[in-house]
Amino acid sequence: MALRIGVDVGGTNTDAVLIDGRSVITACKTPTTSDVESGVAEALNEVLCEPTANVENVHAVMIGTTHFTNAFVERRSLSQVGILRIALPAARGIPPLVDWPDELADAIGRHVFMIRGGYQYDGQINAELDEKAVRSAAQQCRDKGIRSIAVCGLFSPVNSEMEERASRIVEEIIPDAVITLSSRIGRIGILARENAAIINASLCELAPRVIRSFRNALQTLKISAPLYISQNDGTLMSAEFAERYPVMTFSSGPTNSMRGAAYLCGVNDAIVVDIGGTTTDIGMLVNGFPREATIYAELGGVRTNIRMPDVLSLGLGGGSIVTRDPELRIGPQSVGFSLTEEALVFGGDTLTTSDVAVAAGYAKLGDAALTGDLDSAVVERAVKLIHSMIEDGIDTMKLSADPVPVILVGGGSILVGRDIPGTSEVIVPQHADVANAIGASIAQIGGEIDRMYSYEELGRDAAMEQAYAAARSAATDAGAIPGTTTIVDVEELPLAYIPGGTVRLRVKAVGELKASA
Amino acid sequence: MRINLDDLEDLARGAALLGTGGGGDPYIGSLLLRHAIAANGPPEVVEVEDLDDDAMLFGVAMLGAPTVLYEKGACGDDMELAVRRLGERIGRTPDAIIPIEIGGVNSTLPIAAAAITGLPIVNADGMGRAFPEVQMVSYSIYGVSPTPAVVVDEHLNSVIVDTDDPLVAENIIRAVAIRMGLSVVMSCFAMTGREAKQYALRGTLTLALNAGRAIADSRKSGDPVSGVIEFLRGTEFYKHASVLFEGKVSDLHRETAKGFALGHCRFTSLENPADELVLEFQNEFLVARRNGTVKAIVPDLICVVDRQSGEPIPVETLKYGQRVKVIGISAAPILRTPEALEVVGPRAFGLNEDFVPIEEIPE
Repeated sequence: MALRIGVDVGGTNTDAVLIDGRSVITACKTPTTSDVESGVAEALNEVLCEPTANVENVHAVMIGTTHFTNAFVERRSLSQVGILRIALPAARGIPPLVDWPDELADAIGRHVFMIRGGYQYDGQINAELDEKAVRSAAQQCRDKGIRSIAVCGLFSPVNSEMEERASRIVEEIIPDAVITLSSRIGRIGILARENAAIINASLCELAPRVIRSFRNALQTLKISAPLYISQNDGTLMSAEFAERYPVMTFSSGPTNSMRGAAYLCGVNDAIVVDIGGTTTDIGMLVNGFPREATIYAELGGVRTNIRMPDVLSLGLGGGSIVTRDPELRIGPQSVGFSLTEEALVFGGDTLTTSDVAVAAGYAKLGDAALTGDLDSAVVERAVKLIHSMIEDGIDTMKLSADPVPVILVGGGSILVGRDIPGTSEVIVPQHADVANAIGASIAQIGGEIDRMYSYEELGRDAAMEQAYAAARSAATDAGAIPGTTTIVDVEELPLAYIPGGTVRLRVKAVGELKASA
Repeated sequence: MRINLDDLEDLARGAALLGTGGGGDPYIGSLLLRHAIAANGPPEVVEVEDLDDDAMLFGVAMLGAPTVLYEKGACGDDMELAVRRLGERIGRTPDAIIPIEIGGVNSTLPIAAAAITGLPIVNADGMGRAFPEVQMVSYSIYGVSPTPAVVVDEHLNSVIVDTDDPLVAENIIRAVAIRMGLSVVMSCFAMTGREAKQYALRGTLTLALNAGRAIADSRKSGDPVSGVIEFLRGTEFYKHASVLFEGKVSDLHRETAKGFALGHCRFTSLENPADELVLEFQNEFLVARRNGTVKAIVPDLICVVDRQSGEPIPVETLKYGQRVKVIGISAAPILRTPEALEVVGPRAFGLNEDFVPIEEIPE
């Protein structure tokens, strides 16, 4: 019996599921705690209370979290970031942070250092690295107490050597520096890649604290199975990797809820609507995986180019506050995890969407009698507004006017009580309210290779085959069951400076996680 | 008329559409323009008709591979140097800046140059779209020399090119640009107001702005692709516009070579996997073939947009799996004459086909 535990640490609730192969044994939902650790420990404890569960049979724990997204979007616990852009004299008309919202740039301190260096598109040197300037930048960061550094070099995806050299210099001067190299995270496009690196760096001191609280929770429950963290693309990464690259968790929440929804319904193509306490995330599932954002992914108002699912977020959730003056409005403010104190049905005095759903008669929560004083006309208008917000969101994500199946998940799914135009059916699977945690638990483990191949020597097809095989190997090395691996992403970057028609190939493969020995 | 900060997003979007897959990322150009306007104030926009016959106009544009532009971005002082050097070479300072290429980043860059130099910007260009080579401009097709041309890189190295032959100008400038790293700015195509009145495509700045606005506005009411097609059909230059294909990117091969971003992209219909469209590109999309049959070909415009938002997708951001619509649009009549086709027709791009106007190709 190979058990897995999937956990989703959301802004409001921490959900957990215990999975045995293909079936959900038990699930639970408990409020997220401010120390994170207690809520996770509580959730783990609850699922392990299941009589058939035995902690020795748990072979993996997977945790998906919106903690880092929320921290960035809410400008909480962000580190000051030293930004080293190694590109002068190029790109000087578009300095770092040029397209950031002001408060966000202020929050991380605007410590920008433009340094001479970088490569041409063909890998030749455009300017030699100004090591003295790197040293000076590092010293200034050290003197300001800055530990988190983002390094972005001109054409670094083609040649990362200057970024790495700069990193070593920084480490000499700030031994406990946490350094994000843009070449590890993003692709060609200097601003978008640099932005991803800066965002990552702003979370780099928070990340080990959060991961440690996860580890502590596992220890409290005496779980010795390995800990994995969910990535943006629905695959898993090791906890150590997540400490270094928290930005890779940003959309793992919506990705997990979509994949969990697909798994629960046995449907591979559908719109998934995940209604939480504060927000609704709407995505499109294609072949069991979320459709990716077309051009840029905006994180907290900042343009980046890391692989992200295409998710539309609305300010509508189970705890959204309904205001009547001057006109009827829903959210975006929400009582969040204080729902059980503040909502009318729980004896509080805030009118929330949950109260509306109960008053309208299609949701069961708390004490319905406590909504008795509400004007039925207002309730009706609020119900209509809730449904039209969702309908518009679905319409934005659809690819055509054709009706599509909709899978409804998340604790706030009680808000939907009417038919939604434009949909062929609305499926509310069992365990819908913990779809996130399920998605985390069924995630596959991935392996990625990033190598150079000579198309002239091998030919493109043979080079691709070799790269695919290497990626599959990387996946199995990471823990995937051989034979279950598939290729999920391919990127080709021609490099003209190395003779032989050399191309840099990045290939990612995923496979089913095998039970640990 | 002035270009305001509020217009920049729509202008960039419309310019990206008319960029036909290339032309560089207008976003970077619009960031530079935003700074230029903030520092210097918005430049005055002048209509071609209102120019003095003897006014001196300088063209300003960026040249190179769009892929490189995404990394090297832009500078600002490089444009100022290029304009100044050209003035010194000609012995006359310009009265206005005139765009050369409205598609892509070269819509916003000349406006930034105008703001930085304090000159007005002319509401016109020499293509009504984007093209990869210097001689592929209405000005030079009909006799205005691209040279003397001043080419400047981010190190502020500069080269002045002088030749009678526009194709030679392209070859020398391209060779210089390659050695300089494939992202340079130029000031060139010095011409008189009289020449602009004869050879410039009028009003293309406002056309780009309004096309971008049409996409954004139609998102609110439903179908942005239909919205922009309706807008285009109401214009003088782009009246034959239609959706050529709808599907997802199923293969993409792209490399930076010979000074351009070259390759092809295959789209597969979501309804029928046997139905495919292939686009070939050299910075810009050159030809669309559906299951082997040509559906649109240069100089007519081929654009790829996000299927649902209508946002134009340049070659650089094409990705496997994207859901798109491919739009075909007629080119301005001035580009479809026999003389023009020698320079911007299919055979000028090495395609073994003759030009057929898009409105004459059966669906």
